[in-house]
Amino acid sequence: MTSPPKTVYLFGTCIVDIFFPTAGISAIKLLEREGIEVRYPQAQSCCGQPAYSSGYLTEARSVAMAQMMAFSGDEPIVVLSGSCAGMMKHHYPSLFDGLPQQTQARAFAARIYELTEFLTKVLDIKLCDLGQPVEIALHTSCAARREMGVRDTSLALLNQLDKVVLKQHDHEAECCGFGGTFSVRHPHISAAMVEDKTSALKACGVQQVVSADCACLLNINGALEKQGAALRGQHIADFLWQRTQHVEAKQ
Amino acid sequence: MSHSHPLHDFRAASSHAAQDPTQRHNTRAAMDFLMQRRAAQFPDADELSRLRDLGQRIRQRALSRLPLLLEQLEARCVANGIQVHWADTPAEACEIVAGLMRQANSQEIIKGKSMVSEEIELNHFLEAQGMTALESDMGEFIVQLAHEKPSHIIMPAIHKTKVDIAHLFHDELPRTPYTEDVDELIQIGRHALRQRFFTAKVGLSGVNVAVAETGTLVLVENEGNGRLTTSAPEMHIAITGIEKVVEKLEDVPPILSLLTRSATGQPITTYVNMISSPRKAGEKDGPQQVHLVLLDNGRSQAYADLQLRETLQCIRCGACMNHCPVYTRIGGHAYGTTYPGPIGKIISPHLLGLDDTKDLPSASTLCGACSEVCPVRIPIPELLLRLRQESVTPENEPNHPHTVRGQGAKYRATEKWLWRSWARIYSQPVLYRASRFAATRLRGLLPHDVGAWTIARAKPQPAAKSLHELVAEYQATQGNQP
Ligand code: SF4
Repeated sequence: MTSPPKTVYLFGTCIVDIFFPTAGISAIKLLEREGIEVRYPQAQSCCGQPAYSSGYLTEARSVAMAQMMAFSGDEPIVVLSGSCAGMMKHHYPSLFDGLPQQTQARAFAARIYELTEFLTKVLDIKLCDLGQPVEIALHTSCAARREMGVRDTSLALLNQLDKVVLKQHDHEAECCGFGGTFSVRHPHISAAMVEDKTSALKACGVQQVVSADCACLLNINGALEKQGAALRGQHIADFLWQRTQHVEAKQ
Repeated sequence: MSHSHPLHDFRAASSHAAQDPTQRHNTRAAMDFLMQRRAAQFPDADELSRLRDLGQRIRQRALSRLPLLLEQLEARCVANGIQVHWADTPAEACEIVAGLMRQANSQEIIKGKSMVSEEIELNHFLEAQGMTALESDMGEFIVQLAHEKPSHIIMPAIHKTKVDIAHLFHDELPRTPYTEDVDELIQIGRHALRQRFFTAKVGLSGVNVAVAETGTLVLVENEGNGRLTTSAPEMHIAITGIEKVVEKLEDVPPILSLLTRSATGQPITTYVNMISSPRKAGEKDGPQQVHLVLLDNGRSQAYADLQLRETLQCIRCGACMNHCPVYTRIGGHAYGTTYPGPIGKIISPHLLGLDDTKDLPSASTLCGACSEVCPVRIPIPELLLRLRQESVTPENEPNHPHTVRGQGAKYRATEKWLWRSWARIYSQPVLYRASRFAATRLRGLLPHDVGAWTIARAKPQPAAKSLHELVAEYQATQGNQP
C-alpha cells in the first residue's frame, strides 16, 4: 500500500448536511486523528442522484458539474454515503459519456472513496473501544453492498470495537425501501419494505442500529419514530468517533 | 393488443397488494423458499461467478448475430421437417396457431407451460373463436381453473395456498371430495390432466432454448406433461420469442444449468426434451407435424438499441422476481403484465409500449438484488434508469433518438420545471445555502403530513444547523481556514 495522502476532501452529502450533520464532524475528527488534513468545500451540495435516478440527466449533469468544480485538485474525496459514492464513482463517467467533461468525470470518479472504505483500505485505521458494552445491528445500504462492495469495511471497523456485539437481523441484505423518490412515488410498497426492515431490526434485540448511509437512516429512523419504538440508527462515523474519542485526549 | 382492454392501474393494484397481510405473508414465504433453493445450488461463489460469465457470453454472442442465427435456425428446422412461422404481433401469432388447429381439424389444443402463449393471450383468443385451450401444466391448470393469470413465470400458481387449491378443485372439478392433503391434491390434478392427452390432436409448448446450428428445440419441465404435449398429439406447435436462440448445441448445457439452478434450485429438471424433427418414417411415436412460431412483439425494438438489447439476454429463470423486495411485497398480479417482477419491468415497455407501462420503471429502489442473481448478468437497475430517462423525455426532444414506443409517457412540464429548479439550487452554492438555511431554520414549521412519506414514518426533522455551518464553526475553533 502506498503511504496515505496528507489531505483529503470530505463530501458530506445533502442528507447528512441537513439531517445528520454531526456525522460530518465525527468523520472529520476521525480523519484528523489519523493526521490527515480534511477540506470541506462550502460550495458542495448533492451528488445529483435524485435527478439522475428520476431520469433527468441534464439536471443531474449540472449538479454533478458543480461538485466536480467544488472538488478540484487530485486529493481523494471521502464520501459519507455508499449510495452517493456509488453515484460519483460509477455513474458520473457514464453520465458524461461522449461529452467534453468525460475525462474530468473519470478522473473525479477515481478519487472517490466511501468513508469506511477509506478508513480501512487506505488508512488501515486501528480503533480502541472506550465505550460501554452494547449490542448493535448494522444496516448496509444496497449501493454500499452491491455497487461499492463496502459492507466488509463497515464490518471490519465495527469488529475492532471489542465491547460492541454485532447481531444479525432477518433478511439483512434486503433493501430498507427508501430508494429516493421511490419512497413517495410508490409509498405503500416503500412502507411495506421499511415496516419489514424495522420489524427485523427490533426483533434482533439490539440497543442500536448503525449504518454508513444516512438516506437509509432517514427512512429507518422515521419509521421507528412513527412506530413509537425507542430504537434508532446512527451514522457509523458518529458511532466510531463517540466510542473512541478519549484516545485523542490521552495522547 | 394492449389497448383492447382498460389500462391496468399499477399504482392502485400494487398499493392494495402491499397492504394485504395475507398476500404479503404468503408471497414472502414462497420467495424465501425459492431463494434458499437457489442458494443451495450455488455453494461455490467462484463457480457461480464463472458460470454466470459464461451464460452472459453465450447470450451476448447469440444476440450479436441474432438475424443470422434466426435465418440459420429456420433453415435447419425446415431441413429437419419443422415448419417455421414468423409473427410480428400477438394477433398474428394467435392467428397462426388457430390456423394450424383448423388445418389439423381440431377445436382444442393441449398446452404445456408457455409464457409466450400468455403474452399473446392465446387462451382468450381461442375462446373467442369457440376453440378450447387445455392447460396440462399443473400450475397453469390451477390458474386456468380459477380464471386467473400466472403470478410468476416459473410458478404460475405460486399465489395460491394449499387451502385455495383444495377449494378450487372441490368446486370446479366434478365429483372431487374436499381435501387439503398435498399428495391427494396432486393426484386429483394429475388425473384430471392425464385425461386430456387422450383426445387432443394439437399440442402447444414453449421453448427454453432454440439451437441455430442444429435446429433443435430444447424444453425443460418436471411434470412430464411437456413431453406428452410435444409427442402424443398429431401436431406439435412450439412458440417462442425470437431472442431464445443460441448458436451451438454446446451452448445448451451451461444455459440449462444456470436456468434450472436459478429457477427452482434443481441441478437438472426431471425432463429435458430436445425436439429436432417430426416423427420419421419407421418411428413409432412423435407428432406427424412440428411447427415453430417465432414471435417478435417489440423484441426487435429492444434489439435495435445496444443497451436495451441486454434485456433480451434473459433466459426466464425468475430468480430476479424471487429476490426482488418489491415483487415480494406486491406479488405478481399487481404488475398487470405477463412478465412480472424486475424482468417484467424491463421487457414489458417493449412489448406494450411505455404509455401502458409508465409506472413500472419507477417502481424500484434500484437495490440491485435482481442483477446480483441474474444468471446472465443483465444490469436490470441500469436498464430501469434508461427506461426512466425515456419515459420523462418528451417525444419531440431534439437530438434524442426515439428508441422506445411510448417515449415521454411520464413527461410533465411541471415536473420538468421542478427538476430544473432543483438543479439550479443544487448547482449554485448561494442558492443551495439559502435553501438549506430555510430547511434547517424552518424545521418547526414543516406541515405535519409531508404527503406520502408519513404513511409509514414520522416527518423528517432537519438538524438545527447544517454540516456546512458546523464545519465553518469547527474550523473557526481550530483556527483553520474554512
Ligand atoms: S432477467 Fe435474469 S434473473 Fe430475471 S428472469 Fe431473466 S435471466 Fe432470470
